Amino acid sequence: MTADTLLVEPAAVEAAIARALSGGAEFAEVFVEDRRSVAIGLDDRKVEQLSTGRDRGAGIRVIAGETTGFAHTADLSEAGLLAAAEAAAAVARTGSGRTRRVALEGRRAGALSAATVAPESVSKADKVELLRRADEAARASGGEIVQVSAGYGDSRRRILVANSDGLLVSDDQVRVRFGVSCVASGDSGLQTGYESLALTVGFDLFDRYDVEEVAEQAARQALSKLTARPAPSGVVPVVIERGSGGVLFHEACGHGLEADHIAKDASAFAGRVGQMVASPLVTLVDDGTVAEQWGTAAIDDEGRASQRNVLIEDGVLTDYLWDHLRARKEGRSSSGNGRRQSYQHLPMVRMTNTFLLAGKEDPDELVAQTPYGIYVAKLGGGQVNTATGDFVFGMTEAYLIEDGHLTQPLRNANLIGNGPEVLTRIDAVANDFAMSPGSCGKDGQSVPVGCGQPTLRVTGITVGGTADA
Amino acid sequence: MPELDALVEAVAAAARPGEQVEAYASWRRDTDVRVFAGEIEQLATAESAGIGVRVITGGRQGFAYVGAIEESAGREALDAARENAPFASPDEHLALALPDAVAPACLALWRPGVASTPTAAKVAMALDLDRRTRAADPRIRQVVSSDYSDGDGEWAVASSTGVRASSRRTTSSLSVSVLAGEGEETQGAGGYSVGRSPEELDVDVASSDAIERAVRLLGARKPKSQRLTVVLDRRVTATLLSVLAGTLSGEEVARGRSMFAGRLGEQVGVEGLSLVEDPTNPLAFGAAAFDAEGLACRATPLIEGGRLSAYLYNTYAGRLVGTASTASAVRGGFSTPPGVGARALAIEPGTTDVATLLAEVGDGLFVQSISGVHSGVNRVSGDFSVGVQGCMLRDGAFSEPVREATIASAVQRMLLGVVAIADDVEWLPGPAAGVTLAIADVALSGR
Repeated sequence: MTADTLLVEPAAVEAAIARALSGGAEFAEVFVEDRRSVAIGLDDRKVEQLSTGRDRGAGIRVIAGETTGFAHTADLSEAGLLAAAEAAAAVARTGSGRTRRVALEGRRAGALSAATVAPESVSKADKVELLRRADEAARASGGEIVQVSAGYGDSRRRILVANSDGLLVSDDQVRVRFGVSCVASGDSGLQTGYESLALTVGFDLFDRYDVEEVAEQAARQALSKLTARPAPSGVVPVVIERGSGGVLFHEACGHGLEADHIAKDASAFAGRVGQMVASPLVTLVDDGTVAEQWGTAAIDDEGRASQRNVLIEDGVLTDYLWDHLRARKEGRSSSGNGRRQSYQHLPMVRMTNTFLLAGKEDPDELVAQTPYGIYVAKLGGGQVNTATGDFVFGMTEAYLIEDGHLTQPLRNANLIGNGPEVLTRIDAVANDFAMSPGSCGKDGQSVPVGCGQPTLRVTGITVGGTADA
Repeated sequence: MPELDALVEAVAAAARPGEQVEAYASWRRDTDVRVFAGEIEQLATAESAGIGVRVITGGRQGFAYVGAIEESAGREALDAARENAPFASPDEHLALALPDAVAPACLALWRPGVASTPTAAKVAMALDLDRRTRAADPRIRQVVSSDYSDGDGEWAVASSTGVRASSRRTTSSLSVSVLAGEGEETQGAGGYSVGRSPEELDVDVASSDAIERAVRLLGARKPKSQRLTVVLDRRVTATLLSVLAGTLSGEEVARGRSMFAGRLGEQVGVEGLSLVEDPTNPLAFGAAAFDAEGLACRATPLIEGGRLSAYLYNTYAGRLVGTASTASAVRGGFSTPPGVGARALAIEPGTTDVATLLAEVGDGLFVQSISGVHSGVNRVSGDFSVGVQGCMLRDGAFSEPVREATIASAVQRMLLGVVAIADDVEWLPGPAAGVTLAIADVALSGR
């Protein structure tokens, strides 16, 4: 491997690790990142501006006993890395002053998602053109569409991870996203719709997906809500369409299965491995290797190869999600879930692509068998209190189910439930499946994740509307 | 400390004829200490810096940033922004800020204590917070984290239209997250003490704040669905105001993406409701002498006696509708161009204390915290639905605690339903002040 593909001189990385260990720490890590991004926004028929950015730097982590020291620098010279190593090591200073030099052997992470068309090879004009096409398609969807905004973004993130266990690995991660939001205006006021595409692929994303279709979906969602009535208030059965409902599992149990919450006994799932924690219809997986998904990467941000982790199998809790730090304390290996927003952040336990496996039922039958309830076609973001398991998430497109048929569209409202309880109330899982992209926030750090699920029914969940149920 | 002024001035001076160039550079140093179970769990110290450049040429705007502040980074960002400009649509409203006659407020936002306090003393504060919180109440089952954090940051902006501004500020805070438990049950809450320097912080304030909030929720149940009056804890009010800020952005209004579009002069709230954006208030955490385009910040009354009186503008948004900037340009750091936002929103406080307000309300729901704000408050339609934790109010006293419930209404209705405002204004980090607020006729969803 050449120095260029490694972002920094291996000798400088070795020296930084040696310096970081010099205070007597047992583990040191250098994370180098070079990120280039392009963002283009269209709003009110105008391409607002094209912006580009470059961030480059290294974060150095030192672990001594129970303590982690961390420092970062934008200076990738040997002097810059040594200064950051010194700062990170200061916390772990034990005064032993011994020198431990680790030999690094480099490898490149196997490409899981080779970008066949590198976004940097595509002209900016072609990227702008996508936004114009989306704008036109959304406006053509109906005269009530009064405003359209659309965004394109691509990023190339090259990382290198080296540590005192002798690891030296690099990866090249390319992501492309495209989103459209619409505002529709009617007698009852304004309504909004949003749809996006986001995958860990190159510009070939647009050979396979149609931006017009994304725009029409966003417009249709806003238009459908113009006649929406207030959502009910109270506990009702809810059918969640495949795709965006994956966020339910991300919030309702994914966060509670992160080993940092478990270690502090701050999760409703602590101490429950081997127990029945969900309906037997539930098999939940976190898998960073699913080709091209938004949360996919060949390695995590600690250099560990991504893997498929079964968290709940047929309702039984099988394992938690682990990063290097938490796994090390338990004397086991990481599950490949150590992620960070950038070189300026410490890694922590994070999800990648989290999804429920498909079941056997026909999705249409699921609705037909529901006399009264809510059909959620699209869920928005959510939030969980991991200590209690209580979570909320927003319905951004939903319909009333009456006598087994979708009737009225409903206005936006949040659903609230308790993760461990909702998992036991899933009484039907369909044979379809879809993934959707999201952005997951934890301790102020944001990382791209995928969520997925088949169409399913929860027997009762609290809907935070204003109408009598 | 880098010389940011010289860096941005050099970029602005490189503008070519017919071009407008603005450079914004920032630098910050942060220290974060986290303690768990009597040990330092994490100690991070870091500096970060970068420069973002806007170029407007031929009525088109390009933007680029570089996460570094060498002289070459300024040139690199300028070249990239120039390269990007031709791909944008021409827009006659695009222009950089022009210096106006408003004088900047004299604010003391920087304190020497952040830099002069040794790291060991900061660590000691976090250890002390952890120890005292664990010892304070037998019902505290776990102290999940005790954090000390501070930051020392500077930014500077210069433009070819004559803008020159810079600012430096410090922040310092203690926060603690606890779990209270009885039997199988667990409830969590957080507490804070914030200031601009370590000596302004109070370990006991953070600790007792967290403990009171967690313990109060023990025994919480799902309440019965009903319509009632809600009393919002002042921190909840601050969160809601920070969401509301987006609806008062002149740019969102001009684009028809706000529930307040076209309603200037209308009675949007009860007569007793007044809302002002005033970054010149030195008590505000977001206080600032200059906005992110380098104009002097100023007070803007937004709602006066319930009547909608103004929107917030940066230079571009103002030009969209032919009005001046209210110096409300904000940035998410050097990596984004300026948008429109609030820094110091506050509801004019009432004259009653919280105890009197609770007694006057009598029966209802006291809302201690809310969740799902981003998915639950629609700034365009006004639809409002958020998760709540708190206590039922009976005869003005805290009664049975409540969890796994939501409150719902429409923002438009809620502003007209305000029945009481207390006198307990509190500034915390974020763009808005908190004040205890009572709102009638809100739908509580539970069992």
